[in-house]
Amino acid sequence: MKRRTFGAIGLAAMLLASTAFAENHAPTLTVGAVAPKTGPLAGGAAVSYWPNVRLWIDDVNSRGGLMVDGTQHMLELIEYDDQTNPGETIKAVQRLATQDEADIILPPYSTGLNLAAAPIFNRFGYPMITATATVDDTKALVSQFPNVFISLGGAKPITEGVAQVLSDLRDRGDIGNRVAMVNVADAFGIELSQNARPALEAAGFEIVYDTSYPLGTQDLSTVIKGAAGTNPDAFVAWSYPPDTFGLTEQAQIEGLNPGAFFTAVATAFPSYQARFGDSVDGVLGIGGVDADGEAFQEYAARHEDVTGEKPDFWASAMVYSSFQALEQAIEAVGTMDNEAIIQHIKDNSFDTVIGTLDFDENNNNPAFWTVGQWQDGLFHGVASTGREGAAEVRARDAN
Amino acid sequence: MTDGGGMDIIITGLVLGGTYALIAMGLNLQYGMARIMNLANGEVLVVGAFVAFWLYTAGQVSPLLTLFVVAPLAFALNWLIYRFMLLPLVRRAKSQGQLEVDSILVTFGLSFVGVGLMLAFFGGDYFSYSYLARPVRIMGETYGLNRIVAFLGAVVIGGLLYLWLERTRPGRAMRAIAVDPKSARLVGIDVPRMSALAFALGGTITAMGGALLSTYLTLDASTGVLFTLKALVIVIMGGVGDLRGTIVAALLLGLLETFVAAWIDPGLTLAAAYLLFVLILLFRPQGLFGRKA
Amino acid sequence: MTPSRSEAARIGWVVLALAAAATLPWIGSSYYLALGVTIATFTVLATSWAIFSGPTHYISLATAAFYGVGTYTTGLLIETMPYWSILAIAGLIGAAGAALVGLATLRLSGVYFVIFTLGLAEFVRQVLTWVQNLTGQKGIYVLTQITEAQIYWQLVGLAALVWLAGWLIGRSRLGFALRIIGDDEEVARHSGIDTAMAKVLLFMIPGAAAAMTGAILAPRFVYIEPAVAFSPMLSFQVVIMALLGGTGRLWGPLVGVIPFTFLWEAISSSFPNQTTLLLGLTFLLIVYLLPRGFVGLFLDLRQHGGGTFRRAGA
Repeated sequence: MKRRTFGAIGLAAMLLASTAFAENHAPTLTVGAVAPKTGPLAGGAAVSYWPNVRLWIDDVNSRGGLMVDGTQHMLELIEYDDQTNPGETIKAVQRLATQDEADIILPPYSTGLNLAAAPIFNRFGYPMITATATVDDTKALVSQFPNVFISLGGAKPITEGVAQVLSDLRDRGDIGNRVAMVNVADAFGIELSQNARPALEAAGFEIVYDTSYPLGTQDLSTVIKGAAGTNPDAFVAWSYPPDTFGLTEQAQIEGLNPGAFFTAVATAFPSYQARFGDSVDGVLGIGGVDADGEAFQEYAARHEDVTGEKPDFWASAMVYSSFQALEQAIEAVGTMDNEAIIQHIKDNSFDTVIGTLDFDENNNNPAFWTVGQWQDGLFHGVASTGREGAAEVRARDAN
Repeated sequence: MTDGGGMDIIITGLVLGGTYALIAMGLNLQYGMARIMNLANGEVLVVGAFVAFWLYTAGQVSPLLTLFVVAPLAFALNWLIYRFMLLPLVRRAKSQGQLEVDSILVTFGLSFVGVGLMLAFFGGDYFSYSYLARPVRIMGETYGLNRIVAFLGAVVIGGLLYLWLERTRPGRAMRAIAVDPKSARLVGIDVPRMSALAFALGGTITAMGGALLSTYLTLDASTGVLFTLKALVIVIMGGVGDLRGTIVAALLLGLLETFVAAWIDPGLTLAAAYLLFVLILLFRPQGLFGRKA
Repeated sequence: MTPSRSEAARIGWVVLALAAAATLPWIGSSYYLALGVTIATFTVLATSWAIFSGPTHYISLATAAFYGVGTYTTGLLIETMPYWSILAIAGLIGAAGAALVGLATLRLSGVYFVIFTLGLAEFVRQVLTWVQNLTGQKGIYVLTQITEAQIYWQLVGLAALVWLAGWLIGRSRLGFALRIIGDDEEVARHSGIDTAMAKVLLFMIPGAAAAMTGAILAPRFVYIEPAVAFSPMLSFQVVIMALLGGTGRLWGPLVGVIPFTFLWEAISSSFPNQTTLLLGLTFLLIVYLLPRGFVGLFLDLRQHGGGTFRRAGA
């Protein structure tokens, strides 16, 4: 509410300044971003989401701004903390749309918060390209909210990617047939393990250990002991950040060191490597990037330069690429006509830090990384649904 | 599901119980002795953990040494909080119920302030590091050395605290104010001073627990509330105002969760823990070691 | 009992105020409607909470449990049942659950009751999560055509029901019994009041109201999962708002919820990076400066105003 007054004062000050320095007379566009800064998902958003918002604003502004209506517009950012509470997300997006009159609203963070905000983005007609929501059936969602685009990928292809990578290792004789699988008992872990069972069985694997554990479990040693007791050839965990760290550490302690070791979210985080050092080499994880590709290398350097933090090797680049697609669509349309921008996103493909981003008829990005692997200090994508630059999966030194 | 016999489960369970004791012992002092239901307990723990993380990553200082830095700082901070923020409430409260309501409001506010300050100073990222993440063999089974060290830390802290409460004059005075503050005053105990001491000591133990826990748990600025919830459940289950109750409850939960994980389903560990809590209160409304009202 | 004249006037004012509140979707922007939904939500939750906790002095942290159950009732039944019946079912489940909890917790006093309700909410959430894992069901989509305005009206209607219930109880034998229990439970028991029964009956009100609130709000969130539906933070927020308002009067929670929602909103919008810190400092200021909550502040103001008036009139 106050922001508008401040905005008005700022505008007045700028107008005054612009009479003195005519070349500074740059019009602005207001960009809004809502995501957790506190609450259960704040840790993940602090790694994958917020730095990319700031980086994108900085990138656009340092190249002179966004070309709309024939003039360069500088971007002004308004950030809100939704406290990982969908009620707050809804309120904050409404506030951006009606009080701050934001020209651009970036999508929120995580599946639940994005879906809570989708009806509001839809009502106000904003395009919403989200890179942090996993949706298995985009068709139903998009028929109700045609302004929503999903780029992260669904559970089925990811689990098929894991089955494929394990098959490759088995066919080369690096691992055998026995898979131990665990999952965190929340929406994410449930969906992925549910898809992984048929995918692994179809690939001829035997699931010798299969269990879930509650979110927030403080001691995973029993889970790891149970898995180790079945003497598996591969360990697969559909895990969240705190437990990805916990499972990995416990596996090292218990000597659970099979030929394939896979953990999910946070495996691609720089802090994962920082904590476990060289022992991460050969660890498989969800997602990935073309880590050697020029586009990613440049992006990673800028990310560290601007935000002081390294990007992760999966969601960071996905988030940034969704902003890039929006940026390119706006400039291609040339006005802030959201309807035309949405149509443009549907009809075109975009050149981004993860390569070409192209949405299908269900507003879904069909080409994404499914599995990555730590190799020589970088987390390389090793399996995807049509991305270029996959590294060959390596065997891990098993005991 | 593990084919391992009982012994490794018992040891794993006891070690987890030690973790829970570290989370809850401080709150027992704060609620049982100083009568403050401290909803900011978890934030104090996370601060302790963060100091350990920061000193270790910035200066390779062992978290075990950090304990001696954390302890006096936490003591001073908690003493100041009691003296300037909580004592006025104690003075103005007409009844125990009024104080409970006020302390819930104030410490809830303090927990927000705590999260906000940590966010401002440390950022929202996870903090985790590897310390003593080595296997150690006890009776033929392997355990994480960092967890064993934290368990020993819990034993030492709990043991010293128990001896202090049982054997020393101030300790006995503190137990007296837990039982009946009014009579304690009559026998010449400086109740406000002892309450401040209990609150500060409780905060110190919680922060030291945080430093020990940080060697194997991954935390961020917002995770404090999870520890507060767990600590509240353990303290109530054990019975307010009795350190033995908290320790027994912590060990019971640790053992139960490990048994359930090993023999039934790891997915049910927390459900079983809360079920045990609910059942205990149904059959012993004052908790395991609590006195009847 | 028929209402006295002053009571009739008061009822008239309440009906007028409710009617005025119901016009919000036509006069305010969708942003104010979103604020209205927040206020209505917490008014229902905090008022029903205070109907039980005000007279009994029991602090319940079970709001999230009932709210979550209501959310899931909608999530699971929306495809197969007519919408209005879902609200009724949620209310019944909430009331029945509250009755069970009430019966189970009769022997618990003070802080044991507080933490018991908290543990219970976590227990329900854990069991639900485990069942979901067993059946392979993840978060539930609630894709409906229900608009924000319709959600708002339902909540305002529910608030009216809660006030009506509170008002009727205040005038009934139960209310009389409760006032005695609140003053001194021993006295109440000796004078032949079934204190246990009174408390259990009363606890069913916040149980049903929270479950219905959850059921009404589920379509707003589109996607529901246990972490959101059973967030313990909700239980704490309700307690804080009710206590900051004041639990002695039926309108107490409302005068806590309204200023608090606006304060929360002003802080979140003006200081997005220090929201949590400043919210915490605000709690502290309110507790120290308004020891009797907003109700106390209003009563003081009225007494001042009224006092002068009376003196002038006399």
